[in-house]
Amino acid sequence: MSHIWSMIGKRLALGLLTLFIVSVLIFLATELLPGDFAEEFLGQSATEETVAALRRELGLDQPMHIRYIDWLTGALQGDFGNSLSNRRPVSELIGGRFGNTLFLAAYAAAIAVPLSLALGILAALYRNSFFDRFANAAALTAISFPEFFLAYILIVWLAGAGGLFPSMANLRGDPSFGDMLYRTFLPALTMTLVVTAHMMRMTRAAIINLLASPYIEMARLKGMSPMRVVVKHALPNALAPIINVIALNLAYLITGVVLVEVVFVYPGLGQLMVDSVASRDMPVVQGVALIFAAAYVLLNLTADVLATLSNPRLVHRR
Amino acid sequence: MNIIMPLVWIAAVCAAAMAAGWIFRTVAVAVSPRAIAKALKSAPLTASFGMLMILIYIVGAFLAPAIAPFSETEIVGREFQPWDDVHLLGTDSLGRDMLSRLIYGARNTVGIAFATTIIAFAIGSITGLLAATVGGWMDQTLSRAVDVLMAIPALIFSLLLLSIFGTSVVTLILVIAIIDSTRVFRLARSVALNIVVMDYIEAAKLRGEGLWRLITREILPNATAPLVAEFGLRFCFVFLTISALSFLGLGIQPPTADWGSMVKENATLITFGDITPLLPAGAIALLTVSVNFVVDWQLHRASGLKD
Repeated sequence: MSHIWSMIGKRLALGLLTLFIVSVLIFLATELLPGDFAEEFLGQSATEETVAALRRELGLDQPMHIRYIDWLTGALQGDFGNSLSNRRPVSELIGGRFGNTLFLAAYAAAIAVPLSLALGILAALYRNSFFDRFANAAALTAISFPEFFLAYILIVWLAGAGGLFPSMANLRGDPSFGDMLYRTFLPALTMTLVVTAHMMRMTRAAIINLLASPYIEMARLKGMSPMRVVVKHALPNALAPIINVIALNLAYLITGVVLVEVVFVYPGLGQLMVDSVASRDMPVVQGVALIFAAAYVLLNLTADVLATLSNPRLVHRR
Repeated sequence: MNIIMPLVWIAAVCAAAMAAGWIFRTVAVAVSPRAIAKALKSAPLTASFGMLMILIYIVGAFLAPAIAPFSETEIVGREFQPWDDVHLLGTDSLGRDMLSRLIYGARNTVGIAFATTIIAFAIGSITGLLAATVGGWMDQTLSRAVDVLMAIPALIFSLLLLSIFGTSVVTLILVIAIIDSTRVFRLARSVALNIVVMDYIEAAKLRGEGLWRLITREILPNATAPLVAEFGLRFCFVFLTISALSFLGLGIQPPTADWGSMVKENATLITFGDITPLLPAGAIALLTVSVNFVVDWQLHRASGLKD
């Protein structure tokens, strides 16, 4: 068992290192500007005093490494500084929205993961049939659609006048859990469509890759039903690539919510980030970017560990 | 709107698209020289449909001023006029002709996406080939740098950079090109790594060929096939990213006609059941699907897979 723990420990250390470098990158990206951010943000009409005041507010008068350490220690304690546009603490702006975004991503994942696994297995089972071809073409089409197109199609189709679902996913008035599921159904469905396509194609490819191996041939020759061959013999060995693609898509869900949130006016982190980018509110942008990047790195890390654990050959590597 | 009717429509549109693909393939096989005709004959209907659509987009982009009835920025009527004989697709939120803007969008949106992809490819493949050929510290430095850049999700990273540099077409192109070049770098490097170990590269080195000649004359010609297929896929990705950013109001800026921002500007109509704002989004989707279909066919052909 100990080597598994040491492997997980090593991966975790590597993930932390990545996270550290990413945080440096996010923080120091402002240094790429000629001049500094205060001048750029305030534009031509700014006076010496306002620029100096903003510099002090952002701590730009301090040397770079001190600013970074201050920011990082603040961020680790949940303090990302104050928003430039409305002076409120960034953590307060992020607070509830983070939960909303997680809820939406989890909702979409809860539909997408089982659905894509089932579709992928079925497509592999009945490969080259009409179902397989149709599922493949549909998946390719769904991948090629911009998210906002899918979202608006769903709105026209299912929301419209006297439609089944609301076209705006507001969470006003403290809705119950069931009510929340109902109100956020369309955004969740949009994201489900986008990621299901990708996951389904990968699941199918991973299983079909294995179907040519001798042990599958053996299982088939001893008279096993095709369904049992795929589920009992092929699936466990296809788990590693499937776990990887699921994690990648979950990571995508966390960032892909940006567009969907804007379309459905959903009060989440993505919406906040887009608004802040438009007004160049750096403290908010940096805070949200750090959270998104951390979630992305963590999910990839989890996938890495799980994929290794699912394959005894990797666990017992000498 | 009824729930079932759209499904019937989808089926009808699919059938029409396949028929168009079939006609295009028949015509193309008849008019092109024999060598190309033979390859075309093997194209599946989806790929023929894709080629037809790409051709139409290219023609539309080049001849936009000749085809479009009005200019892209001129205000020619009231806001949100419905479809009629003068304004075939009505007018937009400022009273500009929707059809004209749709046609000009082919030039602006596709043109910018294409330029971005080319820059991304130039940066990515040159650094990738360099890393594989020189190896050692160069490979280590570039690869680790790319690892770090790829650890941040692309959309979030581009939003971060856009908020620092402000939103203009030039920053947009450069930001997306640089972020996307990391993906090209990965592919170019891994393809080139397999080529660098070949005997003829060793021979070329012993012959005293310089680094530049080694890359352009010995390695690049053998790495073209996967890179070309990747170009199609990356184009789709860049195109979707740029449209998404424009949709968010952070990409191509008004008054330039652009499909992403056209959807955003007219989105209010959708809640009234008017599908006009979906047309630019559909234009994006159609081109991406078409390119994907063609790339799929090319990959299938290149790999020699017959499943």
